[in-house]
Amino acid sequence: MTAPAALRHLRRSSSRRRHGDLLPALAFVLPATFGFVAFYIWPTVRGFYFSLTDYSLLGPARFVGVDNYKQMIDDRLFWNALLVTAEYVLINIVTQTVLALLIAVLMHRLTRSIVVRGIIMLPYFVANVVVAIVWYWMLDPQIGVINELLNAVGVDRLSFFGDTAAAMPTVALLNTWRHVGYTALLIVAGMQMIPRTFYEAAALDGASEWRMFWRVTLPLLRPVMALVLVLTVIGSFQVFDTVAVTTSGGPVNATRVIVYYIYDQAFNRFHFGFASAMSFAVFVLLVGIAYVQLRLTRAHDSDLS
Amino acid sequence: MATLQGFDQHSSESVKASAAAMDGAARRRGVNWGRVAGWVALAVIMALTLFPFYWMLRTSFSTTRSLASGSGDLLPVDFTVGAYRRVLGLASPQEALAQGGTPASLNFWRYLMNSVIVATIITASQLLFSAMAAYAFARLRWPGRNKIFFLFLSALMVPPIFTTLPNFVLVKNLGLLNTYLGIVLPSLLMTPFSIFFLRQFFLGINREIEEAARIDGAGHARIFSKIIVPMSSAPLTTLAVITYINSWNDYLWPLLVGKDESVRVLTVALGIFRSQTPQGGSDWAALMAATLIAALPIMILFAIVGRRIINSIEFSGIK
Repeated sequence: MTAPAALRHLRRSSSRRRHGDLLPALAFVLPATFGFVAFYIWPTVRGFYFSLTDYSLLGPARFVGVDNYKQMIDDRLFWNALLVTAEYVLINIVTQTVLALLIAVLMHRLTRSIVVRGIIMLPYFVANVVVAIVWYWMLDPQIGVINELLNAVGVDRLSFFGDTAAAMPTVALLNTWRHVGYTALLIVAGMQMIPRTFYEAAALDGASEWRMFWRVTLPLLRPVMALVLVLTVIGSFQVFDTVAVTTSGGPVNATRVIVYYIYDQAFNRFHFGFASAMSFAVFVLLVGIAYVQLRLTRAHDSDLS
Repeated sequence: MATLQGFDQHSSESVKASAAAMDGAARRRGVNWGRVAGWVALAVIMALTLFPFYWMLRTSFSTTRSLASGSGDLLPVDFTVGAYRRVLGLASPQEALAQGGTPASLNFWRYLMNSVIVATIITASQLLFSAMAAYAFARLRWPGRNKIFFLFLSALMVPPIFTTLPNFVLVKNLGLLNTYLGIVLPSLLMTPFSIFFLRQFFLGINREIEEAARIDGAGHARIFSKIIVPMSSAPLTTLAVITYINSWNDYLWPLLVGKDESVRVLTVALGIFRSQTPQGGSDWAALMAATLIAALPIMILFAIVGRRIINSIEFSGIK
């Protein structure tokens, strides 16, 4: 118990005060707590249990110890899925972060217009499924407008989703298109926390915009960028919708990302225990990634404070 | 309200800051080519952002049969509203076939209604129960309050796919597959984000009004419903819209538990429509019309309350 809390307890000696508002508080948190236990805590426990069983969804689950984890480590497709996901995350995060920084700087230095911000944000509010279908159409190998454009400038038509080398970058860039405005807005919010006096001082010293960006904006933005990176990497790692709608993991596993592979194993092949083991591995992996990222980027100590 | 004012302040400050920087630059060089280049870059980015939406519109008013020959045309090819008639079940099979569409009925109204039902139930229920919990976490004093709150928050770290598998088993065992209840159940009572978001705002409400009401003998239910909720109408609206949009856009969960026609939501229906490629290529005009109609309610919501959502994203950092 913290010191102020202890003092409060000493000061207030009546029994009603000692328990504070315990009874009404319990009544107010009860429904949410029920939801939390039933749909977050219980499935976490149960998911781990399923990962130790042979379970086809149809019959009862049979305990098999760590067999699923052994199978997972020997499964070439599991490692392929992780690799493909890493490729996706890399392309997605790098393009998204660089573009978002560019857009954020432009917005920060040029305009606060709500219309500009609204347009930049718009794709983020449209469903993944919608975005995937529109781009699937625009990138159609025969009559898609992008290929029409490529053709006009003398580049060969490309089957963006059907080509093993092109499919993953295509899916990744498509999601960059959807998320970049949102990421840019988060970064703009961070930029607004930088005191304007820093820019005034830099301007007085005759610093160019380019120099201000590298010497003022970027260093002071580090905590915000760290948070943005953790959030986008974790979100990006769990890509599913776009793959499910466009490529279904193909061609030849080129886009079979980990969440799609888990979905496929659980609901198409009924290897529910195996799928649970993989999803537990993803859970551990994501917590690890978030921890390492936060340590590396020292998100908590800001240069401003 | 406090946050909105805070942001106006910020914005006027940054406007002043960039204005000051601009003056300095302008004095040195006359025309500031850097700013011109910046605006050109921003215009290109906005055009790239908007083009797919235009292409959706352009294709949806085209005749599917003619799309192949006019694939590069910027305007609709053989302008028609036939795609919308097909999607909304108004076209006869002959008419649909003549335009290169599928004669099968799409049941689009059904999916639209299902999406509305699911998103509305989730939003109303989740908001009420999350607001109640946020009230207890922000305004009431009780032992273990912060520990439980941070436990709730830690659930943000659990990847959805991990809880999705056992939740599917639960819904299946309860016999709720292909029911509205099954689709809405996991999001019905709370999400860690909703509670976190509302708690932040509830913490900022002035205690004096609450204390006065308490002296007048108002109970917690009354303080919650007559003081806290009305005073938080702005953040509540924002959260309602965000929740509605997220439920509307959700794909994996309704795909797992609600594939049946009777409860199929729009995202699931669009995915199935996309994968059912009829002979001779997809009915792209109808697919784009359907996609546009599916996205339209969200775009209208965004046009109405977008400013508020954008401000709150800048405020809370995460969604």
